[in-house]
Amino acid sequence: MIYREAGQFKTSYKSDQALLPIAQDRFFIISLLAAAYILVPMVANDYWLNSIFLQFFIFSLAAIGLNILTGYAGQLSLGTGGFMACGAFSAYKLATSFPDMHIIVVLFLAGLITALVGMLFGIPSLRIKGFYLAVSTLAAQFFLLWLFNRVPWFTNYSSSGVISPPPIKLIGDYYITGTQATNLTQYFFTLTLVVVMALGARNIIRGHTGRSWMAMRDMDIAAEIIGISPLKAKLSAFAVSSFYCGIAGALWAFLYTGTVEPLAFEINQSFKILFMIIIGGLGSILGSFLGAAFIVVLPIFLNSAPALLGLEISGALVTHIEFMVFGVLIVFFLIVEPHGLARLWGIAKEKLRLWPFPH
Amino acid sequence: MQAFLIDPFVMMYDAPLFFVEVLVSGLMSGVMYALVALGFVLIYKASGVFNFAQGAMVLFAALTFVGLWELGVNPWLSLILSALVMIGVAFSVERVVLRPLVNQDPIIFFMATIGITYFLDGFGQTIWGSEVRPLDIGIPNEPFMDFADWSGLYINKFDVFAAVVCSILVALLAGFFTKTKIGRALRAVADDHQAALSVGIPLKTIWTIVWSVAGIAGLAAGILWGSKLGVQFTLSLIAFKALPVLILGGFTSIPGAIIGGLIIGAGEKIAEVYWGEVMGGAIEDWFAYVVALIFLLFRPQGLFGEKIIERV
Repeated sequence: MIYREAGQFKTSYKSDQALLPIAQDRFFIISLLAAAYILVPMVANDYWLNSIFLQFFIFSLAAIGLNILTGYAGQLSLGTGGFMACGAFSAYKLATSFPDMHIIVVLFLAGLITALVGMLFGIPSLRIKGFYLAVSTLAAQFFLLWLFNRVPWFTNYSSSGVISPPPIKLIGDYYITGTQATNLTQYFFTLTLVVVMALGARNIIRGHTGRSWMAMRDMDIAAEIIGISPLKAKLSAFAVSSFYCGIAGALWAFLYTGTVEPLAFEINQSFKILFMIIIGGLGSILGSFLGAAFIVVLPIFLNSAPALLGLEISGALVTHIEFMVFGVLIVFFLIVEPHGLARLWGIAKEKLRLWPFPH
Repeated sequence: MQAFLIDPFVMMYDAPLFFVEVLVSGLMSGVMYALVALGFVLIYKASGVFNFAQGAMVLFAALTFVGLWELGVNPWLSLILSALVMIGVAFSVERVVLRPLVNQDPIIFFMATIGITYFLDGFGQTIWGSEVRPLDIGIPNEPFMDFADWSGLYINKFDVFAAVVCSILVALLAGFFTKTKIGRALRAVADDHQAALSVGIPLKTIWTIVWSVAGIAGLAAGILWGSKLGVQFTLSLIAFKALPVLILGGFTSIPGAIIGGLIIGAGEKIAEVYWGEVMGGAIEDWFAYVVALIFLLFRPQGLFGEKIIERV
């Protein structure tokens, strides 16, 4: 009843192929965006803006990146952290070598560099499949982090090892990085970037490239027979995925933490992003957002839960229990809904369409 | 360039005894990698599940062993008790995780084992604490002096002990897999789940057995690695050392795990000693992966893996 497309007639091919063909979807997305642009900045305090929303946006970008590679193109990757580090460090080198470069150019170029690196590490995917490939992508993870740790050129020969991005202006007097940057500027900038890039991803996937990825995922030999080049499909998936991960890494280092260090991108980060797309839903852009939100909010909830219940537990114990709960939840989600939160959303929509009738 | 291409070989030629020592100690640590990789292979062979939790099982087993021992339990008794605990872990994993997931994609199983990893890491440390515990099983970490006097080679007693334990374990497992009835059932399940079920092999029991055996292999690995590094959280990370061994040897082959372990162990040690300094140190983090990767480009199923046949 509520979510019913009856009576919405399409009179042109253009409206038939629209991104959101159903009016309720359009309304939903527009109100969501309105809430994000107007409501959230009005009510949220600095903690929410910086620790929760910024983190959520950046993780969503990385999750979209990994979802393109794993969910759409079917190449399981455990090297996301390495690619994010690559984005962070190339952005750092660019920003310090060319101080006048605009932040958007810096991010774009950092993404391109990461895309090249991603293609390089994607070459083995032409020969290796499945779990063999997953383990091979760990090579990217360990090698890239080692490179940034050990080669002083990447850190501009800093002796302490802790480096921060230079303060960069967005427009006029609004700083986007450094101490003068306000959380609100960063919020709007990241939000816009995420919206644009998510739209971009959605459109790539609707088009020829995305369809060739999905064909490759479903059965690579069959895809090859109907004329899809595995070289092009797989390497483009690695490139686009790494582009997204690289920008996410650069944002993480420049906007979120304010320091550029390899430690932030270690293997656990890769797993976190993999959890996001599994919990959110493989092969779904919406799922990337839902998964990222879940993984960002869960630790905060787990941290504050003992205090809410009036229990006093030492910090180390909380960390261990957090690990346990995390593990249990992952297994629980896999058993209850292996297709992720995005599937739950789909079921809810189906129910809304039929409501108030059961069938 | 000279430092990279020529000097290491000159060093090897000038001091052949040192080279042999490096090689031997590399092979010995390779055996220990193989021991961890063995747990992966066992489970992959019998259920097609890529068990990421093997590292966590190593840590959990070692923590239980040391914890019981510190409580004043006799070491042999605590060995048996920890083995029983690992069998309990196998039972609960089969009941709680694997059984509800039957028929799902391999990637879902893989994710579930990552969940088990997190749970076991947290659970073990919640119960036994997270401080580093030294573990001394009475094997001195020193070279055989008589042998060193005679030949000039320093070979560590502990390394030899570890190698012997591994060999015994591998021999036992090989015997178990080929000679016993359960072993035959395991191989049948590995070949074809449905065919095995249809001739009356209980899949549930087989999974429990295989996870128990992997848990006990993990216990052995945990005790050996624990007495080398101390029992602590980093034990969980040696799984990352075993993964390249695994892809080099092939996921489905026990001899592959051993030979892969030897190649990776020796290669890593030699690379670190002779090339490490030129390349900036600590290259063992990724060296094994790159070796395995290059190798896979030529043989995508690993050294002894089953040939991958694909049909449309």
